[in-house]
Amino acid sequence: MGVQIIAAGRVLCAKLTGDIDHHTARQMRCEIDIAVRENDAQELILDFSGVTFMDSSGIGLVMGRYKLMNERQGRLVIAKTPGYIGKVMRVAGISRLAKVVNDYELPKQTGEVMKIETTN
Amino acid sequence: MKRPINEMKVVFPSLSENERFARIAVSGFLSFADPKIDELADIKTAVSEAVTNCIVHGYPDTIGKIELAVRVFEQGRVRVRISDKGCGIEDIEKAMQPLFTTKPDEDRAGLGFAVMESFMDKIKVTSRLGKGTTVVLEKTLGTRDRL
Repeated sequence: MGVQIIAAGRVLCAKLTGDIDHHTARQMRCEIDIAVRENDAQELILDFSGVTFMDSSGIGLVMGRYKLMNERQGRLVIAKTPGYIGKVMRVAGISRLAKVVNDYELPKQTGEVMKIETTN
Repeated sequence: MKRPINEMKVVFPSLSENERFARIAVSGFLSFADPKIDELADIKTAVSEAVTNCIVHGYPDTIGKIELAVRVFEQGRVRVRISDKGCGIEDIEKAMQPLFTTKPDEDRAGLGFAVMESFMDKIKVTSRLGKGTTVVLEKTLGTRDRL
């Protein structure tokens, strides 16, 4: 459970796994924000494919990252949301804040790819 | 009021780790009623919201007790009661407004009650300042209905 971060140039992909609630979101937010700043990310992809449960704490996480990317004139992409999470996303009207995609491809990188894995 | 066909009650401290426990407790208990996956997901999500509210808002600076009680009645009617003895809500109507939050700096979306309202059939909130808050959520499990 937690977040795995892959940086490909200025595109950052955060793969979220496990349950997202008030307890787990704290750590996830922290890890993502550090990586966004360290990599000077212009695009942040939040990958929800490994998420098993999400309540409005996950919406808070998305809204907060939207603000962060907005401040940096970057953009936020929401990817691979499982069906049961889609309902929570719709209540919040998340599609107005971020592009929602079913799939994505990270740019090919010759340089090093940073991977951070956390558990909680 | 008719007697429930099954019921359970658990009390646990307001530690954020217990948000997960509350969800597991509810879904474990309700398994006897054979709910549909999406109905169970709805109830789990609503319970998670209510318990999080107790932890974040009911007991902002202390650890207190949270009581989670679930009753199941005939025809699949489920009633969940989540209560704390925390600080209480000053203005319930305002607290329930979508996007209203007293803690925007902690990335709280202000959508807890909105989620509870849209995922459950019925919600009732009672609160007394300094005494605590009780949220009652109701949902009738699918009758496996015909078209």
